[in-house]
Amino acid sequence: MLQSSAIPILKIGDFLLVSIQYDIHDKIAELLQQDILKRISETQAKGVLVDISALETVDSFIARSLADTAAMASILDAELIIVGMSPTVATTLTELGLTMAGVRAAVNLDEGYDLLKASLGQRVVDRRNR
Amino acid sequence: MEVIPIKEESDIVRARVAAKDMAQKMGFGLVDQTRISTAVSELARNVFVYAREGQVHLEVLNNPHNGIRITFIDQGPGIPDIDLAMKDGWSSSGSMGKGLPGAKRLMNRLEVKSEAGKGTTVIIEKWLS
Repeated sequence: MLQSSAIPILKIGDFLLVSIQYDIHDKIAELLQQDILKRISETQAKGVLVDISALETVDSFIARSLADTAAMASILDAELIIVGMSPTVATTLTELGLTMAGVRAAVNLDEGYDLLKASLGQRVVDRRNR
Repeated sequence: MEVIPIKEESDIVRARVAAKDMAQKMGFGLVDQTRISTAVSELARNVFVYAREGQVHLEVLNNPHNGIRITFIDQGPGIPDIDLAMKDGWSSSGSMGKGLPGAKRLMNRLEVKSEAGKGTTVIIEKWLS
């Protein structure tokens, strides 16, 4: 049995960076979810960027796995952003009937990083004003 | 005709990659290639989840439509109520219930034949223009 997805999860400051570089099957998607949550817990990361720009096909399983991971990350006080979904994949997911509601997205890593920094800054401000 | 056996999870990926390659060679645009590979992924997963194993057949269509036909065959438990299975959000496996209705939206034709205890055959087609 595989214990890990073997997909690298890199730490930069308060954030984690995950880049899915190949077409993953269901088991790898499940393991990746576990790996990301474990790394959030270990590193106390406040944000996660998941780059899916290399994925040519995102079906309902992968989409749900990503959405679930985002929801679970949020419970661990980390914000997850999906980065680089291709317009073709977005079109197909919508036609398939998936809205990915509640999942934040950015067109590229720069935008995703800025989004995370902005939202982390906002959280610090919110706490100070409490 | 190309036949891809479905026996393990990674075969779902093999099936969708093979379908996408074939669609690309036939001249389908990128959006249609993605629609086809996504529909194949959903339906190949159904084979794996419900029947554990089966086959995916890929073939070129010539008449009356030019396009691709993909057939999913298993000897699993069958679908007791096809109309129900075609409804968005209905699932007997805890999935999102997007497989059959979603694949139908992505393709030009989807036909399900199923007999309880004998198995299920799903045929999908995407036509060029």
